[in-house]
Amino acid sequence: MNAPLARRSWFEATARARIAGLLDAGSFSEWLPPAAAQPSPHLAQLELPGAFDDGVVIGYGKLEKKPIFVIAQEGQFMGGAVGEIHGAKIVGTLRRAAVEKPAAVLFLIDSGGVRLHEANAGLIAISEIMRAVLDARAAGVPVIALVGGSCGAFGGMGIVAKLCSAILISEEGRLALSGPEVIETVMGVEEFDAKDRALVWRVTGGKHRYLMGDCAALVDDDLAAFRTGAADFLVAWQEPAPSPALLRAAQQSLENRLAAYGELRDGLDVWAALGITDPAAVPLLERDELVALKEGLPT
Amino acid sequence: MSLNDILTALFPAGHAVAVDRQVLTGTAETAGGTVAVLGTTDAAAIDHRMALALASFVLDTVDQHPGRPLVFLVDTSGQALSRGQELLCLNGSLAHLARCVDLARRQGHPSIALVTANAVSGGFLSFGLMADQAYALADAQVRVMDLRAMARVTKIAHERLVELAGTSPIFAPGADSYVRMGGIAAIWPAPSAELLAGALADAAAARAAGDRRQADGLARGGRQLAAGIAGAVRNSPAGA
Amino acid sequence: METLEFRFASPPAGTAADPALCGVVGSGNLEILIRAGDDPAACQLSIKTSARGFGQVWQAVLGDFAAGHAAGGTQVAINDMGATPAVVTLRLAQALTEYRGGAQ
Repeated sequence: MNAPLARRSWFEATARARIAGLLDAGSFSEWLPPAAAQPSPHLAQLELPGAFDDGVVIGYGKLEKKPIFVIAQEGQFMGGAVGEIHGAKIVGTLRRAAVEKPAAVLFLIDSGGVRLHEANAGLIAISEIMRAVLDARAAGVPVIALVGGSCGAFGGMGIVAKLCSAILISEEGRLALSGPEVIETVMGVEEFDAKDRALVWRVTGGKHRYLMGDCAALVDDDLAAFRTGAADFLVAWQEPAPSPALLRAAQQSLENRLAAYGELRDGLDVWAALGITDPAAVPLLERDELVALKEGLPT
Repeated sequence: MSLNDILTALFPAGHAVAVDRQVLTGTAETAGGTVAVLGTTDAAAIDHRMALALASFVLDTVDQHPGRPLVFLVDTSGQALSRGQELLCLNGSLAHLARCVDLARRQGHPSIALVTANAVSGGFLSFGLMADQAYALADAQVRVMDLRAMARVTKIAHERLVELAGTSPIFAPGADSYVRMGGIAAIWPAPSAELLAGALADAAAARAAGDRRQADGLARGGRQLAAGIAGAVRNSPAGA
Repeated sequence: METLEFRFASPPAGTAADPALCGVVGSGNLEILIRAGDDPAACQLSIKTSARGFGQVWQAVLGDFAAGHAAGGTQVAINDMGATPAVVTLRLAQALTEYRGGAQ
């Protein structure tokens, strides 16, 4: 029996390491590489050293020989947050995708949202990113979000993630709008105990989002698993044209969900309502077991 | 200015706008015809119910009134802060609302947003900033976060932020900053039917031109890097 | 933030190569961009660091590095967010190895 390949954690990896693990070996070329770039003058004005790539790596490569554009946020730099340069790199890549129509844009989201140090630039940039994602999709280009880093997909980037064609998420990944710390600070610890990690993951974590249908796939915390997950997803996916019928169906689904679960406050309660007989076991299940469990649920 | 006063000033020919728990929806008459009016009031903290109510109204307008302009009135303190809201993926409902506004644009509906009092963060992203053009009344508060909270989170002295905010629109709260950065088209000294008519005419042109906010930010001096960088990405060497 | 510039004599690194980047600007970490410089017998370094007042420590660490490695003919740009001397030394070695075109 062959020994399994050593797992390389997506969570621990830098943006560049994730790209290297995701794409076909040696196929990646970076746009606006560090040697051709300057760090953010806005951070310099606030006495902070920037990064040459301003915390996001963009470029093109191949996934199973298909042409792919990549956007990879570096969660370790300024919480992956969006500033003027960072945002413009993302917008430029998505706009180029709408014109050149690669097989997909892979959007490696690892971000708390707007970079407060450049707050207004970040907010407007995220708005531009939102429109650019929808334009790329309307041009027929799937935009797939990959979420599994330490910052998750929060704030405006949480909204962007849900505008993508689909989200692939790991158990370690989180997807939400406001950070639990902010909710606790403003609304009190009873509302959300941000130090209760298990609770945070039951509310915002990958397994919960996958069970609720907010993410298309759950993958292991492993570079190879994200690669396989993305490749498999793309084979099966047809990017739908934006249409009133599609959005009306989404509207109905969201209204039904709110009516059914609007009073609940813990993932455990939602999982029970979905028909899972042992909700407490969910955090302990392996990825394959959870996927099998979801596939066996009544729809 | 009260919502009623704002509505009367914008729509002297009459309006039928109802408010249900801080969500406003309805129609109004303008020189150019009937428009859909929707949005939030009382610094609403946007939750699933509000986002879905607004989205539904957009979809109804698209279904039943082809080409009808959408006028968004924005007054939000941002998103609702609640565990229950996050449990059901609040970012998803805000994204859905944004998609509906975007669909309306693709189906030929011009849209404008007017910030009547407050526009903060996620609440502003989900519909105000998705319109073809955004405007703000003169005393509107537009921001991501106030400077005191920003000082706490970034650990940069409040005095330093205040000092820099005097010259840098990059993070300084206020509608002026957003105009200079290209996010807001103009500030209105007062709401009026004339300004609205001009805005709706501009929106139709804006829709054809695509998202021009980077170019506007460059022209007005507020965002000097974004347009060039996005352009540089477009012109970088081609894929293999 | 403090900006520091240094230039040390160093044995030649070899033929000029494509720029190499190592590390990330996270807390306690740094990124290093190394590329061909104009003087084959010297290593030129430019540092932007969040921690002020450590000029002499940088001088010692970078001086040791230049003396102990073939880094001549390179120019190095560093964005530092409070890395320890040990981390700085490690990253410099990694960056130089990558620049010279081989993992060990």
